[in-house]
Amino acid sequence: MASIEMKNIVKQYGDGFPAVNDVSLDIADGEFMILVGPSGCGKSTLLRMIVGLEDITSGDMVIGGKRVNDLAPRDRNLSMVFQNYALYPHMTVYENIAFPLRLSKTPDDEVRRRVTEAADVLELNEHLERKPANLSGGQRQRVAMGRAIVRQAEAFLFDEPLSNLDAKLRGQMRTEISRLQRRLGITTVYVTHDQTEAMTLGDRVCVLRKGKIQQVASPRELYEQPVNLFVAGFIGSPPMNFLPATLEGDKLRTPFAEITLDEKRLAAVQGRELLLVGIRPEYFEDATLVDEAKRPHGSTFRAPVDVTEWLGDSQYAYIPYEAPDSIRTELRDLAKELDSEELRTQAIVSIDATSRIREGREAEFWLDARKVHVFDPESGENLTRDAEAGARLTQMAVEDREEQVQQAQREGQTISGESGGSPGPSGGAHRAGAA
Amino acid sequence: MSRRERNWWIVGGIAIVIYCLFPIAWIVSLSFKAPADIFNGQFLPSNPTWENYSTIITGTASDLFLPALRNSFGICLIATAISCILAMFAAYAIARLDFRGKTLILSTALAVAIFPVISIVTPLFNLWRQIGLYDTWPGLIIPYLSLTLPISIWTMSAFFREIPWEMEQAAQVDGATNWQAFRKVIVPLAAPGVFTTAIIAFFIAWNDFAYGISLTSTSAARPVPAALGLFSGASQFEDPTGAIAAAAVVVTIPVVVLVLLFQRRIVAGLTNGAVKG
Repeated sequence: MASIEMKNIVKQYGDGFPAVNDVSLDIADGEFMILVGPSGCGKSTLLRMIVGLEDITSGDMVIGGKRVNDLAPRDRNLSMVFQNYALYPHMTVYENIAFPLRLSKTPDDEVRRRVTEAADVLELNEHLERKPANLSGGQRQRVAMGRAIVRQAEAFLFDEPLSNLDAKLRGQMRTEISRLQRRLGITTVYVTHDQTEAMTLGDRVCVLRKGKIQQVASPRELYEQPVNLFVAGFIGSPPMNFLPATLEGDKLRTPFAEITLDEKRLAAVQGRELLLVGIRPEYFEDATLVDEAKRPHGSTFRAPVDVTEWLGDSQYAYIPYEAPDSIRTELRDLAKELDSEELRTQAIVSIDATSRIREGREAEFWLDARKVHVFDPESGENLTRDAEAGARLTQMAVEDREEQVQQAQREGQTISGESGGSPGPSGGAHRAGAA
Repeated sequence: MSRRERNWWIVGGIAIVIYCLFPIAWIVSLSFKAPADIFNGQFLPSNPTWENYSTIITGTASDLFLPALRNSFGICLIATAISCILAMFAAYAIARLDFRGKTLILSTALAVAIFPVISIVTPLFNLWRQIGLYDTWPGLIIPYLSLTLPISIWTMSAFFREIPWEMEQAAQVDGATNWQAFRKVIVPLAAPGVFTTAIIAFFIAWNDFAYGISLTSTSAARPVPAALGLFSGASQFEDPTGAIAAAAVVVTIPVVVLVLLFQRRIVAGLTNGAVKG
């Protein structure tokens, strides 16, 4: 186990294109760090530089206090799960998992013990003699993880490990990875473009854009205190709504409603003509269903509803609006960068599932003004970000993690004590205990 | 496909198979005809006999045929083995590494392959006599490599390109050196490619006549195709047709056996399961 420090890491390809541009990132010992961003943002390149499959153009990569820039992958003692698993098709599952141990010339009974242990954890016992070709996607994924956990690596690296699984299995494997990481307490770097994975797995999340770090923070901080338009738009599903706004006195005039800002935020946004207001879908509500106590914190407005989507536990309404051309292009560029496409300017609004708002009619909505953020449309900077509140959120996440790791390891110890004599059928108990 | 269309395909297929197999059937039939029976004007021998086979294996032609068979096997197997090993390294480098002159190597290999054999036989004959390689096994193995290597490099680099890069990278992350990753992961995965290449290379060497007849003079190194050309009948008025046919059948057998044997190894899609399915 080790910490990973990156100092001003740059990766430049032959044509001079910087895939990773001046990235500095400290990953603490035992931390679960997520690298996230749209395709082409350099997250996979960064991961491959950590493991040594990609040369580092400049900067220092320090793992466990040792500079590893010039070390070959095999000398870095990291283990990695590839996106397509990269299992060895000519070997059985057992030999696949044992492969790293065989290479390090581990004695046979030690190999057997450790492979069985890993297979227990991942419930692969029945499949040890099979070939990867005969396994399902989820099983192959577990074999790839088995190969990673079987040796005492300094850190785990995951390169979009779940992107080839179907949605249901992905959810299961996600919790499985989280549980495993907590239990083993090993530093983990996980690359994904799926923000659900980023939000649920990570202690901290590093958002990358065009090879540059945008923000490194706990998922909560990213969600509530994004540093700029890009992070705000990337984190959250459905995404944050960006509405054009002009400042009039202490009010922001948007296409829908006037938003009254408190003094602190008002001071921060002074002196700009055109602004972008970022409002998450859940800050809206059907006006008829809002608590009287909450009502004064926001404003109500009427707007025509284009489409509604009822999902059982929640409901979304789409409200079209007009925006000036400059904002329109700005939003379109942002959407393109986030791997999506914005065809029309519309706000996505989350309303209560019981709401009777119907599409094609005008309806009355309520908007919670307390949590809206205001962005500068030109630089994309979040003008109303509360850095202290954000830092508090991340600090909380760090404390939570430490507690969880301690607890998981305590439980892990008692369990490994029980099952030490009888490896095999106790796999189920393991997981129940670790849960 | 309509029924009518399918019937046409079946008829066409059978016609092609007959067309291809007819010469072989003819040779087999010839090999069972006694010398006097060869011009009997029938396809089948009027009185099937093993006489031709006993001629080449135990009889008069056996001094010519048996050493030639031994030479052919030895020379072709060695040439195939060397060419496979060399081609494996070359193809790996071509498929994996980025270096200057890669296209040059591939196009040179192609140029060598299309160079007519007959035009270098004479200079080679002189050179081999000078340096003492004439009528020796290495004297044939080396030219055979020039025939088999280009095609081996081309086929094998195609196979290597098919192997996902990640396999090797995974091995390296797991703690393998480049050589270990090559030996333990890449080579086993490329095995079908290696077998295919080996078969092709073996056939090319096995079927060669021009080098065999020109660069040998005695049974020390003479391969079968050259020996067949030197068969003679019992008298100068008698053609050794029957004996040649019998020898042709005998030398075809290893080729057929080889294909049947390795067919099982050339399993398409061995890499199934390596990556997502």
